[in-house]
Amino acid sequence: MILVLGACGGPSEPSGPPGTSGTPPDAAAGGSAKGLVTAADLNLGGIDQDMAEKGKTTYDVKCQACHSLGENRVVGPGWKGITQRREPAWIMNMILNIDVMLTDDPEAQKLLEQCLVRMPNQNLSNDEARQVLEYMRTL
Amino acid sequence: MRLKLLPIGALLATSVGLVLLFNAMQGCRPSTAQTVVTGDAASKVYVKPGSHDEFYNMVSGGFSGQLAIYGLPSGRLFREVPVFSQDPESGYGYSEETKGMLMTTSGFIPWDDSHHPELSQTDGVPDGKWCFINGNNTPRIALVDLGTFRTTSIIEIPNSAGNHSSPFTTGNSEYVVAGTRFSVPMGDEAHRDVPISTYKENFKGTVSFIHPDPESGKMSIAFQIVTPGVNFDLSHAGKGPSEGWFFFSCYNTEQAYSLLEVNASQRDKDFIMAVNWKMAEQLVKEGKGKRAPGRHYSNWWNESTHSSESTIVEDVLQLDPKEHPGLLYFMPCPKSPHGCDVDPTGKYIVGSGKLAALVPVFSFEKMQKAIAANDLEGDYAGLPVLKYESVLHGEVKKPGLGPLHTEFDANGNAYTSFFVSSEIVKWNVERLEVLDRVPTYYSIGHLCVPGGDSKKPWGKYVIAYNKITKDRYLPTGPELTQSAQLYSIDGDKMELLLDFPTTGEPHYAQAIPAELVTPREVKFFRIDENEHPYVAKGEKETKVERDGKQVHVWMTSIRSHFAPDNIEGVRMGDEVYFHVTNLEQDWDVPHGFAIKGAANAELLIMPGETQTLKWVPDRVGVWPMYCTDFCSALHQEMQGYIRVSPAGSNVPLSGTVVSNLEN
Repeated sequence: MILVLGACGGPSEPSGPPGTSGTPPDAAAGGSAKGLVTAADLNLGGIDQDMAEKGKTTYDVKCQACHSLGENRVVGPGWKGITQRREPAWIMNMILNIDVMLTDDPEAQKLLEQCLVRMPNQNLSNDEARQVLEYMRTL
Repeated sequence: MRLKLLPIGALLATSVGLVLLFNAMQGCRPSTAQTVVTGDAASKVYVKPGSHDEFYNMVSGGFSGQLAIYGLPSGRLFREVPVFSQDPESGYGYSEETKGMLMTTSGFIPWDDSHHPELSQTDGVPDGKWCFINGNNTPRIALVDLGTFRTTSIIEIPNSAGNHSSPFTTGNSEYVVAGTRFSVPMGDEAHRDVPISTYKENFKGTVSFIHPDPESGKMSIAFQIVTPGVNFDLSHAGKGPSEGWFFFSCYNTEQAYSLLEVNASQRDKDFIMAVNWKMAEQLVKEGKGKRAPGRHYSNWWNESTHSSESTIVEDVLQLDPKEHPGLLYFMPCPKSPHGCDVDPTGKYIVGSGKLAALVPVFSFEKMQKAIAANDLEGDYAGLPVLKYESVLHGEVKKPGLGPLHTEFDANGNAYTSFFVSSEIVKWNVERLEVLDRVPTYYSIGHLCVPGGDSKKPWGKYVIAYNKITKDRYLPTGPELTQSAQLYSIDGDKMELLLDFPTTGEPHYAQAIPAELVTPREVKFFRIDENEHPYVAKGEKETKVERDGKQVHVWMTSIRSHFAPDNIEGVRMGDEVYFHVTNLEQDWDVPHGFAIKGAANAELLIMPGETQTLKWVPDRVGVWPMYCTDFCSALHQEMQGYIRVSPAGSNVPLSGTVVSNLEN
């Protein structure tokens, strides 16, 4: 496990720019301190097709290389039915706050044990992540 | 003073690191042996694991052609930024996109000799935006963007030979200068093909003023001033009261063209040349410049297309100082001046005659008075020479042997390097009084104080850059490392804290507080802003296409696979271009790309970037390719195959990723 972290995730001791010590390096890299998303932050109603469409566009560039739209894992899990299997807020945090999740969240850690590749921080904005979530809900 | 070379073997190092100085320099040194490393030196340079250095130190690579980036006070080397030399590690100068950066009118030049890093300035203070560095051999100036620590602009300097006196900056980086070391005949072919013995009549010098565009950093030559044939050595801009002037040291005013060692050391005084660049700028505005032949390349790195763009400019604007009185003055300076340094107040100009037994300090105020009073000693090739005594603030007497360069602190002190006597001498600029001296190990060339050539030195340290290390490090065959030495200048006495080896040969260096640089760091390139003509924004856009004998592969990389990773249908005689887009969008996740038998190098592709490797297969078969930069636990799985068939084969062209898993 230590090997995995050391090999793919950079130093386990934070070494971000001065003034950000205590912040995981990748969270600092994002440029804005993204707080964890909670269920209350998400207003999930009926599917917004326009948002889902935008989410698909982001998926093609930043996600598709590792996530299939079926049920099987390529590098990361397939997305079919993903919003039934995972809490929407948890998904948002995996996209937006991967370093915090891999440090603190047992479910995220379990996933890393299966996949062995840390989910990349693809630096999506909050809106883009929300659009991707909307796209997932259509699958 | 009797010249006496310091025998290097006259220095002894004891096993506990105390170094005793033999009394080899009677008359020049304190007579007591000096303890140079004190007990708490280690704690002053210790940067604990995971902590950051206080300063960046940008150090020239000399004959490596590159720029090395160290941290201070630790002396840790972070990166060698490729500038003038190809770098197979990053693919710089090998990838199709970067080759253009090294284009010149002499073709593709994969090496140079880089001497003087100079940080860009705002209001006379380094601002952490850019670092300029000169290419000595095939005259060029490069600009390294400190947001990416990459070379983003290189301009060739025409009518120049040996771009040594360069690239020092004006207070707001309106210009960086390029003074030619060798004077040469210039103009059309008939004027260039002349006997070397006609140096006096036919050879000219130039100093060029290069303008970097404040936004893009793209450089252009604003104007060139044509001078009598001499050798220009170093230079610095005026500041404060002397703002608007530039000072150049010149030697070989004898105008020798052979055995300069002897023939260019005849005159008692050479010159510091003072140029009123504000006046030159005005003359150019008024259309007084003349276009002259000066074909040169200007290469620029476009960060949107991740590609170099080269333009060829046919001529330059020249000013002849003889036609513009007041533009240029010579100040006599003893014995082949090397360093030409302006103190932080801008009131004083220090010339360091390599062969002089004193260091003259010129007063800008006196220079202005002498100009107003027309207080001339005579002329040199028709240009005014001011009277030495009239422009002199004073001389530092018996400072040491072989003065080269001077940097300053914020408290009115100067630090001068002495090559022959291997020491740094601290002296007070106003009073011209020697305050302290420390030995260097050995043969110091340049030295650096953070901000030490600016209006506002940060001080704290002086760093010596030594040409010879002899017994200081574990030997590595016939060639030993060069080195830097860090001294504290916080107290009255300079204190040696640390030795560290350097890459290439260090000449000048600059240092700047890290906090001025780190906020600019680019962490990755946004994939949605990538305008490379062969970008693949996602695996959906990957493909393989044939264009005659050229096969283009639009390829992506992400932890940890390539797409496509199986390519077939390539034939002998084809040229294959791998355009690899790194789909990652996070800091410090480059992917490498290497293919067996590549005659160039690898690619190291930053997140969001596209780079291209050309590959010409030499045999039929299946060839491997893989990622060279350890990227994840499955990095060793990041690989692919390309099948090469005989010429005329009908294997269809394809590029695929075959998943064993059903989607």
